Amino acid sequence: MRLTEIIRLTRAHLAIGSEIEVRDIQKAFSSDLMSDVLTLDTEHILLITGLANVQLVRTAEMADIEVVLLARNKKASPEMIELAKETGLVILETPYSIFRASGILYENGLNPVY
Amino acid sequence: MKLVFEIARGDFTAAGKASSGIKKVLKQLLVDPKTIKRIVVAVYEAEVNVVAHSVGGTLTANISGNEITVVVQDYGPGISDIEQAMKVGFSTASRKVREMGFGAGMGLPNIKKNTDELTIQSQPGKGTMLVFSISI
Repeated sequence: MRLTEIIRLTRAHLAIGSEIEVRDIQKAFSSDLMSDVLTLDTEHILLITGLANVQLVRTAEMADIEVVLLARNKKASPEMIELAKETGLVILETPYSIFRASGILYENGLNPVY
Repeated sequence: MKLVFEIARGDFTAAGKASSGIKKVLKQLLVDPKTIKRIVVAVYEAEVNVVAHSVGGTLTANISGNEITVVVQDYGPGISDIEQAMKVGFSTASRKVREMGFGAGMGLPNIKKNTDELTIQSQPGKGTMLVFSISI
């Protein structure tokens, strides 16, 4: 699924990130538990989460995740944006809950990791 | 090549600096991305452990030939029962650590999963030394 489509479907706001038009994502994973994210063997996925802190950006960096979607109006902090600039992470913010965002994206063809 | 990082107690903002630094070097050395991920995930988990559970420590990565060896040494308080600490789901993490998205008792098992060799030595009251290696 095109990243632009993910943004449209979840009414997301782009907090930081570049090359939005050319990005394409096949799979997604929803979790607030970074320990769980670090056990995934799949890379280049969309991570949908309610956790908005610097560890999210670090976890994404180590797990080779290039796009995260913050649910329920969680906002990326200035520290997160600063670190995301360094690591090249795209951070999106949606007003939808993790459940709703996941449901919409699943329904529209984005695949689960498991 | 030897890379040394200091890890401070409770400094969650800094957790990830060692793994990030090591990732940059491994990318420059054109190591396979899947292997890089195994290495940096193990290093990051170890960093988070030192920040969350210890009074601070150092992380040293040695890259030579076709192997990376990482030594994580902290200065206490040590692990009284390593076997228990290796069990998935066992954790002594504080609420603060859990709020950060960690502390689910998955760190050490995940380090084991991602490494070729892992040894843990610990002396309660003194500190813990974690040594792991991965072929590159």
